[in-house]
Amino acid sequence: MDDLIRELLAAHPAQDGALLPILHAVQERLGHVPPAAVPLIAEHLNLSRAEVHGVLSYYHFFRSTPPGRQVLQVCRAEACQSRGAEALLAHAEQRLSCASHSTRADGAVTLEPVYCLGLCALSPALQLNDRLHARMTPAKLDALLAKEGL
Amino acid sequence: MSAAVTKIFVPRDSAALAVGADDVAAALQREAAQRGLAIELVRNGSRGLFWLEPLVEVATPAGRIAYGPVAPEDVPALLDAGLLAGGAHALRQGATDDIPYLARQERLTFARMGITDPLSLADYEAHQGWAGLRRALALDGAAIVQEVTQSGLRGRGGAAFPAGIKWRTVQQTAAEQKYIVCNADEGDSGTYSDRMTLEGDPFMLIEGMAIAALAVGATRGYIYIRSEYPHAIATMQEAIRRASAAGFLGASICGSGHAFELEVRKGAGSYVCGEETAMLESIEGKRGVVRAKPPLPAIEGLFGQPTVINNVITFATAPLILARGAQFYRDYGMGRSHGTLPFQLAGNIKHGGLVEKAFGLTLRELLIDFGGGSASGRPIKAVQVGGPLGAYIPASQWDVPLDYEAYAAMGAVLGHGGIVVHDDTADMAQLARYAMEFCAIESCGKCTPCRIGSTRGVEVIDRIKADQQREQQVVLLRDLCDTMLHGSLCAMGGMTPYPVLSALNHYPQDFGLAAVQEASAS
Repeated sequence: MDDLIRELLAAHPAQDGALLPILHAVQERLGHVPPAAVPLIAEHLNLSRAEVHGVLSYYHFFRSTPPGRQVLQVCRAEACQSRGAEALLAHAEQRLSCASHSTRADGAVTLEPVYCLGLCALSPALQLNDRLHARMTPAKLDALLAKEGL
Repeated sequence: MSAAVTKIFVPRDSAALAVGADDVAAALQREAAQRGLAIELVRNGSRGLFWLEPLVEVATPAGRIAYGPVAPEDVPALLDAGLLAGGAHALRQGATDDIPYLARQERLTFARMGITDPLSLADYEAHQGWAGLRRALALDGAAIVQEVTQSGLRGRGGAAFPAGIKWRTVQQTAAEQKYIVCNADEGDSGTYSDRMTLEGDPFMLIEGMAIAALAVGATRGYIYIRSEYPHAIATMQEAIRRASAAGFLGASICGSGHAFELEVRKGAGSYVCGEETAMLESIEGKRGVVRAKPPLPAIEGLFGQPTVINNVITFATAPLILARGAQFYRDYGMGRSHGTLPFQLAGNIKHGGLVEKAFGLTLRELLIDFGGGSASGRPIKAVQVGGPLGAYIPASQWDVPLDYEAYAAMGAVLGHGGIVVHDDTADMAQLARYAMEFCAIESCGKCTPCRIGSTRGVEVIDRIKADQQREQQVVLLRDLCDTMLHGSLCAMGGMTPYPVLSALNHYPQDFGLAAVQEASAS
């Protein structure tokens, strides 16, 4: 893994404010930013480990542990709430036997609330892996999950 | 059927994709091939009539005819009905431009939206693209700034600061390096006009930022786009690549000798990075923590250099102002709110979508005339205007004109133009609690009123709901809101009291208090 990270770092030469682009590159490749990457990134950018860790842990998007094999993100922002997002999230928790902000014990799925997917005129909305879905209902969610073997 | 190729448009906007536009496009390709029909499929932006998405348009001699919302399984029947000639079908909406929702708008910034292929430079050029930049290239920086100042354009990100004054400050500040930064961290629930622009008309933003660069003498620009918008990021990156290859960006814009390089930076899921100084920190590779002002970013901004920071729509408006002149734009609107705002109807609304109109229309016109009332068919109870930090507006205030000053006068904000509708099943105490909870999740932590106040706010509202010393806790909540309002470093903590207090003032019955008369209307 260290070699892979060094390779990614080599592809990110001195760029103004390079830390976020590097963290994105690592997460894009590995699905998360492993703790072992922190000292390598710190050394590459001449930062302290604490600084890198501080940035990594500040942003909701970055993960330090691998996500489930599939990721379901349910929008909880106001526009989606007005069309049943809270019930949809509760349904997802029950249907997947997985609490929000967690990965199921078998590693099959991660369930996360998100705050606005920008689909507010077609709420409620969610994202399953890389695909957006709007005008959702619990029944439509069940069909989607079944299609993905969940 | 003639052998000529028929152009069919299926949007590639995220919202259209989220309701199956890709599947519709694939079905059209497949069915047309099977039937030996010659079609050219264009993936346009969305017109913003989201209740009709996926909206399929077909180019006919009589203009573009719209069908929607189209599901993949509708495609065979549509082709049977003569889709390619604009034939009759239950989903036929008539000529797109004549759909009342669209026909009654004043589309200035969104004039091209949904009409063009977002990544086609030829399409952009054919629809008045680059006219503003070409005019700007013939002017000096001061004259460009003057044009923007004269237009009356105020920042469309929410704070509504006059764009020309900001640009002038950067222009007049001497520095080796200046920056143009576009805040595309559109995190407000109910807003999607930035996303539509990034995905549906990216060259307009590039043109606007290039005009700003010429105005102030900046040679580098960044577009900070939230990670929740992967389609917008991909489209913008490709648009920058194409614009650079065609000489609209790079070492010498249109051969003028002015350099301007543009880069996309991806956010990482932090709402407060929509605040301009937190965004600068994030671009610099740090935690997105708010900076104390002064110094103003116009004087000491990105990497300590003079920086123009504007929202997507602000920059996107500059090309039109330069192309048509300041007076043309200034003549729209009312009072000191000049021009148009792309209002975004969202939530529990029948006809959710983007409505670009001059300032001065009312919420009632938007909700009823455009929106058609609630989607659920139940009475509308509360409307949150201006994002999650905006006030809830009861029916008694729906006739106030949408104007920055008129809204400020009633303790509300227009913000970025997002309008989220809730019907009478909404629990306003719960929504007030959510506002505090959201602030607690997203606070950057730098100032105490926001960091601690939001957590205490959740607890106080819980006690009010549970009727534990209710009257006393309401006094405490108001006191807490006052502290956050006046003691926070930025709008995150400083405006969270807006939704909380408006919910409490207009819907006290939801908090277990005596009701007021005005709370519900259709």
